[in-house]
Amino acid sequence: MRLNVTVNGEPKQADDVWEGESLLYVLRERLGLPGSKNACEQGECGSCTVYLDGVPVCSCLVAAGQAEGHDVRTVEGLADGDTLDPVQQSFVDAGAVQCGFCTPGLVVAAHDLLHRVPDPSDEEIREALAGNLCRCTGYEKILDAVRNAAATS
Amino acid sequence: MDFLRPTTLDEALALKAERPGAVPIAGGTDVMVELNFDHRRPEALLDLTGVAELAEWSTSDGQVRLGAGVPYTRVITELGDVLPGLAMASRTVGSPQIRNRGTVGGNLGAASPAGDTHPVLLATGARVEVASVRGGRTIAAEAFYTGVKRNALEPDELITAVHLPPASGAEQFAKVGTRNAMVIAVCSFAVVLRPGYAGVALGSAAPVPRRAAEAERFLVAELPWQTPVPLADSLKRAFAELVAGAADPIDDVRGSAAYRRHALGVLARRALTWAWDDYRNNGGERQCA
Repeated sequence: MRLNVTVNGEPKQADDVWEGESLLYVLRERLGLPGSKNACEQGECGSCTVYLDGVPVCSCLVAAGQAEGHDVRTVEGLADGDTLDPVQQSFVDAGAVQCGFCTPGLVVAAHDLLHRVPDPSDEEIREALAGNLCRCTGYEKILDAVRNAAATS
Repeated sequence: MDFLRPTTLDEALALKAERPGAVPIAGGTDVMVELNFDHRRPEALLDLTGVAELAEWSTSDGQVRLGAGVPYTRVITELGDVLPGLAMASRTVGSPQIRNRGTVGGNLGAASPAGDTHPVLLATGARVEVASVRGGRTIAAEAFYTGVKRNALEPDELITAVHLPPASGAEQFAKVGTRNAMVIAVCSFAVVLRPGYAGVALGSAAPVPRRAAEAERFLVAELPWQTPVPLADSLKRAFAELVAGAADPIDDVRGSAAYRRHALGVLARRALTWAWDDYRNNGGERQCA
């Protein structure tokens, strides 16, 4: 089937999309946006987190057809040109990256948190990031990054 | 595979009647996992996210009618005061991303013994509203679960809503898992107290989520309804034994049957204590927004 979806503000079209395909697959394999990562494919790890109509979701659990006519914002759509979003910059500054695989999902989840709660408590940060797994066990730096982003934005 | 995209409930029901093999999908948190892992290749997906009627809730005749497609996040933010037990269970579902998509209708459709909302639906005496081109009907929650991942739906029916009474006493939900987020229940428990009524139900501890009828009768008979005093330890212990006795658990990767029985007793004792304290401190009448 053909899929029409707005991604990072631009109307996109993908052809020959299989009806059981996930939004994640469409983003990575058909639209050339590999920022969202494919890890668990069961909503456990959060590495594929994107905004769907402004709400963070696991794109591996969204059927491609469910995104038809909707608005998707991926990690690639957070920066303003060459200027990183404050959350991205904070992850760089804090060294909140080890292997980097979980980073895009964490960045989107943290971005959403700070949009909803500009000055979150540690508990609120932990709760908001509970669906994003980092297997390099780098959570302390990630918490630092979110705290710094909140303080500077 | 076909991807069916109805925009009204009538259209969805007509499609389901024509294509009984079409698998309904809302939040996708169960269905997409099965597709991603090649566990299932349905002839068609019936996407219900375009049906606006399913994503609404309303109050009428003293009942909350919760559309099957309302995500958990909205149950928590919009109905936390009116349906505190369901909101508690909803908070324990998955992660923020999962709660943004997953729905109570989906929990019922999947009918997993471990589904988080089932014990609350049972303990509150909820009714499941289903519809087909033949008409609509409601099914008591306790008659809805018919086996492991099986429910009372006919092949042409869709779950449209759940009807629950607003809290008028105290409601509690508790669940055991390996961490606080992203965890499937090892066992779960709900208790609902209203003047002269006790609802008690357990999850992930039998082939289907079930009520603990004997434990309910015990509470109605033995709780000091007229005197708002703390509960005696002996009463709590007796209640815990009845709840554990109502379970029919299995050994699996998440826990042994013996552990589940024990943990259910602990959950029952604790949740009853919280519920009773809440009940007596509110004079038996919960103040709702």
